[in-house]
Amino acid sequence: MSEVGLPYVMAALLALSLNAYVLFAGADFGGGVWDLLASGPRRGRQREVIALALGPIWEANHVWLIFAIVLTFTCFPPVAARLGTVLHIPLTLMLIGIVLRGSAFIFRTYDSQRDATQRRWGRIFASASVITPILLGVSIGAVASGRVGQDPHGGFVAQYVAPWLTAFAFSVGLLALALFAFLAAVFLTLETNDRDLCEDFRRRALGSGIAVFLASALVLLLSRHQAPLVMAGLMASPWALPLHLATGISAIAGLAALWFRRFRLARIAAGLQVSLIFWGWALAQYPLLVPPGFTIEGSAALPSTLRALLIAIPLGGIVLVPSLWYLFHVFKSVPADAGARQS
Amino acid sequence: MSDLLAARSQMAMSLAFHIIFAVVGIGLPVLMVIAERRWQKTGDGLYLELAKRWSKGAAILFAVGAVSGTVLSFELVLLWPEFMKLAGGIIGMPFSLEGFAFFTEAIFLGIYLYGWDRISPRAHIWSGVAVAVSGTASGIFVVTANAWMNTPAGFEIAGGRVTSVDPVAAMLNPAAFQQTLHMTLAAFAATGFAVAGIHAFLLLFDPLNAFHRRALSIALLLGAPAAVLQPISGDISARAVAKQQPVKLAAMEAHFETMAGAPLTVGGWPDVEAGTLRYAIRIPYGLSLLAFHDPTAVVKGLKDFPRRDWPNVPVVHIAFQVMVALGTYLALISLWAGWMALRGGDLATNRRLLQAIVLGAPMGFVAIEAGWTVTEVGRQPWIIQGVLRTADAVTPMPGLIVPFLLFTLLYCFLGVIVVWLLYRQIIRSPSSTEWSRFYSPRTVPRV
Repeated sequence: MSEVGLPYVMAALLALSLNAYVLFAGADFGGGVWDLLASGPRRGRQREVIALALGPIWEANHVWLIFAIVLTFTCFPPVAARLGTVLHIPLTLMLIGIVLRGSAFIFRTYDSQRDATQRRWGRIFASASVITPILLGVSIGAVASGRVGQDPHGGFVAQYVAPWLTAFAFSVGLLALALFAFLAAVFLTLETNDRDLCEDFRRRALGSGIAVFLASALVLLLSRHQAPLVMAGLMASPWALPLHLATGISAIAGLAALWFRRFRLARIAAGLQVSLIFWGWALAQYPLLVPPGFTIEGSAALPSTLRALLIAIPLGGIVLVPSLWYLFHVFKSVPADAGARQS
Repeated sequence: MSDLLAARSQMAMSLAFHIIFAVVGIGLPVLMVIAERRWQKTGDGLYLELAKRWSKGAAILFAVGAVSGTVLSFELVLLWPEFMKLAGGIIGMPFSLEGFAFFTEAIFLGIYLYGWDRISPRAHIWSGVAVAVSGTASGIFVVTANAWMNTPAGFEIAGGRVTSVDPVAAMLNPAAFQQTLHMTLAAFAATGFAVAGIHAFLLLFDPLNAFHRRALSIALLLGAPAAVLQPISGDISARAVAKQQPVKLAAMEAHFETMAGAPLTVGGWPDVEAGTLRYAIRIPYGLSLLAFHDPTAVVKGLKDFPRRDWPNVPVVHIAFQVMVALGTYLALISLWAGWMALRGGDLATNRRLLQAIVLGAPMGFVAIEAGWTVTEVGRQPWIIQGVLRTADAVTPMPGLIVPFLLFTLLYCFLGVIVVWLLYRQIIRSPSSTEWSRFYSPRTVPRV
């Protein structure tokens, strides 16, 4: 590996781990959204399937975020320092959301089965599942808008609030929420053997699929003025057209598969669509990590650090990948509500 | 409260909260695997009940540990951006490996908790083993990164910029071995004694309860050997600190004057202004002997170092005394229990011993908090010993008291809930319908 290419490999790995977080933990957050919005005669059973589907995997899915932050501060220390400083407030709120979501979920699983107690934990779990993705999206939107990477000046508000308190950043927050809810609903169609329940999730998947479309349109509209760099990348780059085509095809394929109840196909299409949207953002910023000031190469750690990681990551992967495969093989090859419950 | 103090308080509070869950995440899986193994070998359903209860405890505590650990990994950059800017590329290696270990732990804990009926018994117990091993490894990696802050190695700095890095040398820094050894033993001892203490308490009222007898035996099997080995590991640590961080050692001992044949001080209150330790018991030559294994060795005193490089002496000194005292107590009752067990005595009916174990239940955790206070406050005013001052590492953002208060409230709330849930789920005896089978003839259980 040439020394020059190393930072780009690391940036790609960073993007991959964020992509995995969005796909897997995103679906877990989305599960919380559907817990909050559970309705109709099968309200209780919807919540039950969501809890059964999340139980064994949410903690593992969550670790992708830790990977992302560790890769950021190891490979791109100045970027980590800037994100931690300018995005202190939304990231802190996001952390509180993560803490509340995780602990309320586990408390609900193990606390008394009385309805009042369950509802209380359920409400905390579900509201935190809505707020956390919005804050994640806001942070990403703030980075994309180029206001995190500008040299700081001005007072408290100008430095620590204004960079992320923008319509564009919040539109990205909404998009993240819609994407996560969409992913979760699509995945949940495969988590139950009950026809009616499956139909509930199918309707939710179709509805949130449309929400994704609307939120994407809003993000694009606002990006014209508030995130010109990303807008330019998404419009003018040579890869833009093929990427948009692929995203559009997977979006339509996903909705069509849902319509015709081909749920396995829908799962693949939805995963693909969300990943392509994510990579659209990543590629639009390339070669900047945090525009306009921080390039991949300019903010990279020394080559010896990156080289060592390039050895350590595959070694860790030898343990991680088969373990992850086993986890998903054990729990995701059959619907969550099939067979025995946790004893 | 200054912003620096608020940031330090938030970090300290987050660490103090997280460490409890991290420690249980290392120790409890070992207990549940031993119980499951005994169930598989003997067919005794009480062991299965124990394995299930401990795994519920592990589930609750691991979840809170996982989310509070995420908070910490972010707080590194949220509160100390200048530290991570400098150190991220140097100590990223152990953090990355910790990421893998933690990932593996989360995966196999999910499999263990939800897989009782989905995988073979053999696969199930090995999943438990994987949780225990990766939990321990994850703790070791994180402590390695902390050790680097005490004995920074594997890099060169010129003009405030890192000019060369050897990530492996940074990871294998001089303090790494003794710190990880000390912490791993502490995790086993603290978890073992906390669990043993709970069941010892219940046995005091109900000495024939076979459920609690089995729990006590497994918990002591984990906690007692670790507690006995801990003083040896402590000796290794103390000698290393004497060489690597003489200021920290001087603060631990409240040792103000440089002298040959320095005495070991026990207790006392350091009067920093007067530069002396009041009301302490002094054991002649003790400190020189302990720190250098030579009764006449010269031990540097605080006054040999610039005042601006001193840590908070009373805090470090008292925390150190607390840690040593509690650790000694646990080691002594471990020896007592071990001696009784060797002679074939029935530990579960020895009220004196049970009372001593109950008293020891919180001590492992208090000792761990005190020990981290020693190592962290003892390193101040440096965040990286001799390289970067804590005051220069803190975020420029003002108003840090707000996040500090927010997280304090949040963690107090979570702490209360967790204690309540553990009481309901694990500690409380099984419900009355199952109750009868938990009694067994006095001759059967040899604990």
